[in-house]
Amino acid sequence: MSEALPKHEELVQIRYDVPRNGWRSAHVDFRKGTYSYSAAPKNVQYLGMANPRHWRPTDKDWKLPPDWKQIILRGMKERLEKFRSFRLFMDICVRCGACADKCHFYLGSADPKNMPVLRAELVRSVYRRYFTASGRLFRGLAGGRELTEDVLKEWFYYFYQCTECRRCSVFCPFGIDTAEVTMIVRELLNLVGVNTNWVLEPAANCFRTGNHLGVQPHGFKDSIDFAVDELEELTGIRVEAPINKKGAEILFVVPSADYFATPHYYTLLGYLALFHEIGLDYTFSAYASEGGNFGLFNSHELMKRLNNKIYAEAKRLGVKWILGGECGHMWRVLHQYMDTMNGPADFLEEPVSPVTGTRFENARSTKMVHICELTADLIHNGKLKLDPSHNDHWRVTFHDSCNPARGMGLLEEPRYILRNVVNHFFEMPENTIREQTFCCGSGAGLGTDENIEMRLRGGLPRANAVKYVRDKHGVNLLTCICAIDKATLPTLLEYWTPGVEVGGVHELVANALVMKGEKDRTTDLRGEPFPAKEAAVHA
Amino acid sequence: MSVFSSLILVLVFAALAYAGGLAGSSRWFMGVILPYTAILVFLGGLSYRVLRWAKSPVPFHIPTTCGQQKSLPWLKWSWLENPQSKGGVLLRMALEVLLFRSLFRNSRAQFLDGPRLRYGEEKFLWLSALAFHWSLLIILIRHLRFFVSPVPRFVMGLEAVDGFFQVSAPQLLVTDVVILAALLFLLQRRLRNPQVRYISLFTDYFALFLLLGIAFSGVLMRYFFRVDLERVKEVALGLVTFSPTVPAGVGPLFFVHLTLVSLLLIYFPFSKLVHMGGIFLSPTRNLANDSRVKRHVNPWDYPVKVHTYAEWEEEFHDKIKAAGLPLERE
Repeated sequence: MSEALPKHEELVQIRYDVPRNGWRSAHVDFRKGTYSYSAAPKNVQYLGMANPRHWRPTDKDWKLPPDWKQIILRGMKERLEKFRSFRLFMDICVRCGACADKCHFYLGSADPKNMPVLRAELVRSVYRRYFTASGRLFRGLAGGRELTEDVLKEWFYYFYQCTECRRCSVFCPFGIDTAEVTMIVRELLNLVGVNTNWVLEPAANCFRTGNHLGVQPHGFKDSIDFAVDELEELTGIRVEAPINKKGAEILFVVPSADYFATPHYYTLLGYLALFHEIGLDYTFSAYASEGGNFGLFNSHELMKRLNNKIYAEAKRLGVKWILGGECGHMWRVLHQYMDTMNGPADFLEEPVSPVTGTRFENARSTKMVHICELTADLIHNGKLKLDPSHNDHWRVTFHDSCNPARGMGLLEEPRYILRNVVNHFFEMPENTIREQTFCCGSGAGLGTDENIEMRLRGGLPRANAVKYVRDKHGVNLLTCICAIDKATLPTLLEYWTPGVEVGGVHELVANALVMKGEKDRTTDLRGEPFPAKEAAVHA
Repeated sequence: MSVFSSLILVLVFAALAYAGGLAGSSRWFMGVILPYTAILVFLGGLSYRVLRWAKSPVPFHIPTTCGQQKSLPWLKWSWLENPQSKGGVLLRMALEVLLFRSLFRNSRAQFLDGPRLRYGEEKFLWLSALAFHWSLLIILIRHLRFFVSPVPRFVMGLEAVDGFFQVSAPQLLVTDVVILAALLFLLQRRLRNPQVRYISLFTDYFALFLLLGIAFSGVLMRYFFRVDLERVKEVALGLVTFSPTVPAGVGPLFFVHLTLVSLLLIYFPFSKLVHMGGIFLSPTRNLANDSRVKRHVNPWDYPVKVHTYAEWEEEFHDKIKAAGLPLERE
């Protein structure tokens, strides 16, 4: 961690009061720790986007194009015509306030502009002023607000304090989805070159090399090979992990953090062990080496540009269908956008599990299956030999990642798997799981160190629920199926609820998996001794 | 500030209508011109808004899922909260429109020392919203007795049920009490809940005061300062049969009521009140979660610049080769 963490006592001075004098004033104080740095010009340039330049959010002059206001208003008009969601969500909010205390950023920061309703009002006020009859006529009285540079700066601040988690949209009586508003406002900001490096650098990397981390093909092969070696050391079995193999049955796509970061890495080991055990005919791709999509956090166009590789590579390699690893926003894109953006995938076949023969009818058009769907089906059909006692050193809870929960409904598959591979599983309180799950506070491109204070604040409601099961049930492992969760929750939990580690579902699957021909395994994938064996040694 | 100005604005409208009704001079304006204008603006404006939403495309398939997806057949699927078919969506929408399902989920978060977050039940917003909207609907249907002659049986039946308490003469109608109570609750919530007050605009108060003014003037006419119902019916029937007439002696209170109703109708299409039509078109609610089952087409889809495999292989050719990975072009 390069930045010093803010003090606990300071962060918990949370009082949900509101300032005395309204919210119309757009002045933002860019306080260290609460915003992300601007995009480096090389990344903006590489992606061919507008206005590459050096600038900082704390600068007075953001070096906007001279006609920035026209650009933004034109962009708004265009998007009002292209997205029913945007026009509708600008029109129908009644400001009932049901969403207010549903946002993790509001709960953790008490900044009223983090209430979803007010976050949207920041742009809705401009919409009313320029695009509605009453607003053009009555201005402020009709809730309109002039578009000024301060308003633009305010947009940048608050629409990069939304993780597009969609929790507010569950509670809104009209289903108004702030994620949709945030995506569109970020598109608008992009038109005048206002964006963050934490989003654009991974996006530029991904465009060029195939993955967010900028890992080149040889590096990709090295990390997969390394994982194969490591798994051999742990299990005594040397698995195959083909890359760019033509004619494989299945293309397997994971978030790049899985092969480059911890604790994601244990999940990668888990996939490798599982695939070997069931004899899956699959291949990785060094070209489509990223399932995640930081384009989602920038614009619909960039999302489409980055997502393109997956179908293109499936076609080139001649696979039958595609399997996707554990990742949250990746699955929002795969489930809700990919087929529309880059389909139809008529060159693929309806996915069928080669082991059980189960047809994944729910993926018959997209032809992409979530690994939890595959594994749950394997377990249900008794195809895996599992010894859950291998995970007895873990007391486990499950964190629903926002996108699989609210953009897909993948709730029971991971739970079914966990119940079969661990003996001690505990749910967090009802208001904090499934469709009501709380975001890690670092999604949608906010998971950077310079933004640490907002991340800790936004993560507080999640951490608080973890604390509850830690204190009540002695939970010491939070499992999740999201790469951003795995990257950012360790920091968050260490800060708010020390003693709880973070892991993936397939890490625990492989711990419990009894592999044919394995050596006498003494440790789990992290190299920790299995509890039973440990007890035996002590005895 | 916006509380008082909106209240004063509504009071001024009411006072003008009262004075006009008393003087009898502008009765033709308030009894004929304004109501006709209001209906035209309301129908035209609302249709315009709804058509405009309906005409704007839904490029992506973005339902908010609130339960288990339909995937493996043996997993219990939440067909109502995560519908995969049209029928399921219809039911989900029906629950949303008729019973405010999402608002029913509402909870209240409290921050306690520790730090500890506690979530409590918060059903009053849902209850008062539901009470208000249903009362309004029943009251509107009851008003058919003025516009249709003879009064349809179901309207009489509804009124009988509404008056089941059988107290007072004229009979006390439950919806009259409920609508006033619900509106007053919503108003005090807007004023007393600091967050809600903070987000409230002039227009939010204006709509509430207008509705309160309408309900209040209606109640006054029915229970306290009786107006001549036969004459009121003459006005109403005249309006719907396009033979408008404004008999003398209808009473100024009636004009207050009618004018405020007309103003509400005129205001409606320009305000947040259009949520009535918008809810049906909300893409996070009215789409089935079937985006992997059926391809959703974006009508304005356009080609984008991508980084093709060939370009990628060309750039990293030597490294791919050195790593021993297969190449398309040696």
